[in-house]
Amino acid sequence: MTGTELGLALSVLLACAVEAVEALTIVLAVGSTRSWNSALYGVGAALLALAAVVGALGPAVTSLPIDVLRVVVGGLLLIFGLQWLRKAVLRASGLKALHDEASAFAQETAAARAAGSPSRGLAAIDDGYSFAISFKGVFLEGLEVVFIVLTFGANQHNVGLAAAAATLAVLLVVAAGFAARTPLTRVPENAMKFSVGVMLTSFGTFWGAEGAGASWPGGDAALLALVPGIAIASLAMVGWLRTADA
Amino acid sequence: MTAVRKAALAVLDFVVGDDWRTALGVVVALAATALVAHHTSIAAWWITPVAVAVLLALSVTRARKRR
Repeated sequence: MTGTELGLALSVLLACAVEAVEALTIVLAVGSTRSWNSALYGVGAALLALAAVVGALGPAVTSLPIDVLRVVVGGLLLIFGLQWLRKAVLRASGLKALHDEASAFAQETAAARAAGSPSRGLAAIDDGYSFAISFKGVFLEGLEVVFIVLTFGANQHNVGLAAAAATLAVLLVVAAGFAARTPLTRVPENAMKFSVGVMLTSFGTFWGAEGAGASWPGGDAALLALVPGIAIASLAMVGWLRTADA
Repeated sequence: MTAVRKAALAVLDFVVGDDWRTALGVVVALAATALVAHHTSIAAWWITPVAVAVLLALSVTRARKRR
C-alpha cells in the first residue's frame, strides 16, 4: 500500500467512523425509546437509498476525465474540509460546544418520548416516527460518507479500498455500539473530526491544484508536507483564538 | 416550490454548507491556479495552499465575531 493509499484509507475510515457514531446514537435513541423493529427498518431503507445514490453517481464520477475529476473533486473536498476544519478549530478553542454523544442521545430520546404514541406506518413498520428518524439519521450521515468514498476512491482509481475502509469503520462502530448498548461517548469524536478536516483539506488542496494544472514539487510526496502543514496552521489558529479570547 | 427546485436547493446546501464565502473562495483560488499554470511560466502549486490558509482564517474569524 502506497502512502497516498494509506492516507485515503485512513481519511475514509475516520470520516466514516465519526458519521457512523452519530447515526448510531440516533438509531439507539429511537430504538430503545420506541420501536427497535421500525428503527432497524429505517436503517435498512436508508442503506438501500445510499446504495441507489452510489449506483447513480458512481459511474458518472469515475467516467470523468482525470483532470476534470481532480479539479471538481478537489474543489468539493476543499469546501467540505474547510467546513469540518473551521468547526473543529472553533470547538478546540472553546468557541463552539464540543460534540457530545451523551447529550445528543438525551435530546433524541426526549424528542422520541415527546412525539406521542406510536403511529402505524406500512405493513411491517409499527412506528412511523422511529422509521422516519432512523432513516433520516442514517441517510444524512451516510450521504457525506458516500461522497468521501466516491471522490477519494475515484481520484485514486481505488474505489474498492475506500469502500473497504468505510465498511470496516461501520462494522467496528456497530459492533461496539451493540456490545455497549449505549452511545459511544468514549470515542474521541472531536479529535477525529479535526483529523478528518485536516485530511479532506490536504487532499482537496493537492488534487484541486493538480487538476487545475499545477505541478507539485516532489509529486505525491508533497502530501507529506501538506498534511502536517495544514494541521500546524489549524493548531496555530486554535492557539491564537485561545489567547485572543482569554 | 417544485420538487426539482427543492432537490436543487438541498444539493446546494449540502455542497456549500453554511459559509458560501469559503465555497466561493475555493472556486476563485482554483481558477487563479489554472490561470497561472496555463498562461504564465510561474509555478502555480503554492496558490491553493496559501488561499486555504487565508480562507480558513477568514472563516474562523467571521464565526468568532458572530459569537
